[in-house]
Amino acid sequence: MEQLSLLDVRNKIAAGDIKTADYVRQVLSRIEKVESTVGSYINIFGDEAIDRAAQIDEKISAGQKPGALAGVPIAIKDNMCTTFGQTTCASKMLENYQSPYNATVVEKLLAADAVIIGKTNMDEFAMGSSTENSSLKKTVNPWNTSRVPGGSSGGSAAAVAAGLCSGSLGSDTGGSIRQPASFCGVVGLKPTYGRVSRYGLVAFGSSLDQIGPVTQTVSDAALLLNVIAGHDEADSTSVEQSDAPIDDYLNKINEPLDGLKIGIVRDSTEGADEDVKRSLNEAVEVYKGLGAEVVEVDMPHLDYAVAAYYVVATAEASSNLARYDGVHYGYRSPNATDYVEVYTRSRAEGFGDEVKRRIMLGTYALSSGYYDAYYLKALKVRNLIRQDFDKTFGQCDCIVTPVAPTTAFPIGQNIEDPLKMYLSDIYTIPANLAGIPGISIQAGLDSNDLPIGLQILAPAFSESKLLRIARMFEKNTQWHKSKPKIPSE
Amino acid sequence: MAKLKYKGLIGLEIHVQLATASKLFCRCAVEFAAEPNSRVCPGCLGMPGSMPVMNKQALERAILAGLALNCNIAEFTKWDHKSYFYPDLPNNYQISQYDIPVAADGYIEIETQPGQIKRVRIRRAHLEEDAGKNMHAGNYSQVDINRAGTPLIEIVTEPDMSTGAEVRAVAIELQRIVRYLGVSEADMQKGQMRFEPNINVIIEQNGDEFRTPIAEIKNLNSFRAIQGSVDYEIERQIEQFLESGTVMEMGNKSTRGWDDSRQVTVLQREKEEAHDYRCFPVQNIPPVKVTPQWFDEIRGRLCELPLSRQRRYTQQYGLSDYDARVLTAERGVAELFEAALKAGGDAKRVCNLITQAGMKLAKEAQINFDEFGIKPDKLAVLATMIDEGTVNASAGDKILTKMTQSEASPDKIAEDENLIQKSDESELEAVVDQSLAENPQAVEEVKAGGKKSKKARGFLLGQVMQKTKGQANPKVVSAILGRKLE
Repeated sequence: MEQLSLLDVRNKIAAGDIKTADYVRQVLSRIEKVESTVGSYINIFGDEAIDRAAQIDEKISAGQKPGALAGVPIAIKDNMCTTFGQTTCASKMLENYQSPYNATVVEKLLAADAVIIGKTNMDEFAMGSSTENSSLKKTVNPWNTSRVPGGSSGGSAAAVAAGLCSGSLGSDTGGSIRQPASFCGVVGLKPTYGRVSRYGLVAFGSSLDQIGPVTQTVSDAALLLNVIAGHDEADSTSVEQSDAPIDDYLNKINEPLDGLKIGIVRDSTEGADEDVKRSLNEAVEVYKGLGAEVVEVDMPHLDYAVAAYYVVATAEASSNLARYDGVHYGYRSPNATDYVEVYTRSRAEGFGDEVKRRIMLGTYALSSGYYDAYYLKALKVRNLIRQDFDKTFGQCDCIVTPVAPTTAFPIGQNIEDPLKMYLSDIYTIPANLAGIPGISIQAGLDSNDLPIGLQILAPAFSESKLLRIARMFEKNTQWHKSKPKIPSE
Repeated sequence: MAKLKYKGLIGLEIHVQLATASKLFCRCAVEFAAEPNSRVCPGCLGMPGSMPVMNKQALERAILAGLALNCNIAEFTKWDHKSYFYPDLPNNYQISQYDIPVAADGYIEIETQPGQIKRVRIRRAHLEEDAGKNMHAGNYSQVDINRAGTPLIEIVTEPDMSTGAEVRAVAIELQRIVRYLGVSEADMQKGQMRFEPNINVIIEQNGDEFRTPIAEIKNLNSFRAIQGSVDYEIERQIEQFLESGTVMEMGNKSTRGWDDSRQVTVLQREKEEAHDYRCFPVQNIPPVKVTPQWFDEIRGRLCELPLSRQRRYTQQYGLSDYDARVLTAERGVAELFEAALKAGGDAKRVCNLITQAGMKLAKEAQINFDEFGIKPDKLAVLATMIDEGTVNASAGDKILTKMTQSEASPDKIAEDENLIQKSDESELEAVVDQSLAENPQAVEEVKAGGKKSKKARGFLLGQVMQKTKGQANPKVVSAILGRKLE
């Protein structure tokens, strides 16, 4: 079956060319065929999706104005709260947890008449870069089932790549949207911190987390962002419309930027695979061919980004994850004999190794006597990185980098080596530390026919420009049209 | 042995619950004694994905309290996670203020003796959320989260108090201030105000100075308990020092509870545990800047505080300390009192109306006197009517009672209820003459003087009052009687 873009599906349904119910059934039957191979979903709402599709069809045939995503099957990472199904965070801790409320993004999708088709697999509590840390499910890369899909939003990226939804939402704390998008050959956008409400996103690192779209095309990402962006009373860190107005991101998406200046960071790709470097250089040539000027920029503090990130993110996580204690909800150890054991055993049994590792790291970084040396110092580094970006964006419109040093790596290769795993986020982490938006688009295939991503970073709240720059590349290349061949297809 | 020289060294840690409609970081109602876990939401239950949204009213009230305590107010307010695991704390961290309290470096004044003012320094006052409550039953425990997230200010004083009486005075004064400003209802019984004194004693012995180990006292739910426990603890520490010679050192601070029935403090925890709360800034609430306009607006809600008002009443109006204290206890009552004076009422008369009949009525109705809604000008009119003899004092009380029930003016009530005194001499003289004529024996007894004279005179006065249905002005009647019976 030819895979329609999200925008195509939306337009065809709105125009009455196809019925939502037919399309949803089509997607569900594809899920039936390949999901057992890919494993992108923790929960699929098949019956509910069909019911909802029928409602939307009725609405359209009754002549009511359809919402911006009317009839479009969307998948949601399983760390966003929904009153339907569970919200597991791919953790034993929340395996049976049902949220009493919907995340703001979920409400917005529903208000736009989207069909929420399922909730996707992820690294437990969004901690990881391969989705191997899921305690509930194994997800593989649709391009090569022996490879990881990336993470932590691996399920969201794999589902889009495999055509198991029209688009999905992921969350990005250190690259968790962009890196799996790169590994799976789809588009992943991390908006500016504060652009999209985090209310109902299960917190990992509250100063870093951001929800964003994973889609097949740049325009699809713009359309999804249109729906989910905006200030929310329930999230005090979401930016007021008056401070950073939201554009219609689709509006000028096809207009190239005149006089575009692209920054490349000097000596930044040393650790990357040759294929990745080559692909970046080719991408730069594409932009040059479109009239862009390329400037070399220096970001002296980038070397410390990964270290600073793993202090800040784990410190916040250690506090954010303290609430999972077996007392109020979630997993409670049946082996506890007193109240202290309710805590210790529930947490020991309910959390996976990587989550425990990060809680311990963060607890240590915040402990008295270590706070200044670790947490405070990391905040200072973070500030310097912000300043690096501010300075750099004085010289160019955007920065292009690889998304990750490698393409999708074999399942099991890095799982026993956390440091190696952490380094796969080396190019994505700085955007989270600085709060700026970043996008990952496909810009090549490596020697193993695995997708290679290109990352574009832009100043805070300039998503409109960022999407247009990404679209320039997409319009003039064919990479986004390459699709994986799934064995069970 | 020479008499021991010592001085108590007492600082207070005070938690004051702010009188806000909703909690500090969610919209749940703050309500005492509601059904367990009925005032909760994903936010105060610490459910995944929930986010705190600051209650601006709570911050304003904390700033107001800080200003009343003469503190410097922080230009911006930030929040910190304070981490510890306990079942009544759903997030297992409390949102508090660690390095930048909303208010710092102030003082509170108390009157140690009439006219003598002492300042107790305030180190800091910060906002934080309360925890829930653990309830233990048999071999299991339950948690009630209703209270979790209730806004508190924690006030920490310097150890500037030295006796139980001083600590009590500070506690009472603080309660008056926060009630005055509407910052808190400050009901100790409801736990809206909780005091924890930290006590030790400096003892001079053989020219050397010793400090006893610090004890913190918990479970104090009355002003009497505060004073009693502090005084008890000072004596206990002196005795313990004389017995054992133990002095203050790192880690030997203890926690004691007050046993109200036995009037003793009881050891709860021997050594202070070294807690590491791993405080760090909350990321989900951006720091709030207190703009100059906003600050001025809050400062505009300050008013003359009870102690200074009380002192002014004694000096300016010549009221007794007691009356001044009663009048100033509630801001609304004090304001009504002052408004009535402005409307022409005499200070002492208005004071008597409020503090005597008025307070009695208020107590019966279980409200503050001002809450009857009596207009100050009407109160002034009533006071003047009594002063001018238009009605007598007991009729005044009756009129006041009616005024609490209706909007009618005091003169109208007096007329309707036939309470206006008859002071017309010629009219009363006729009644006196009639009474004298009807009671010749009593007249004789008065004229005879001696034992029975006074009683007979009272009898005659009573006759006149009876004939006039109590409306005769007794002063005028007495004068006529006196003249007639010379």
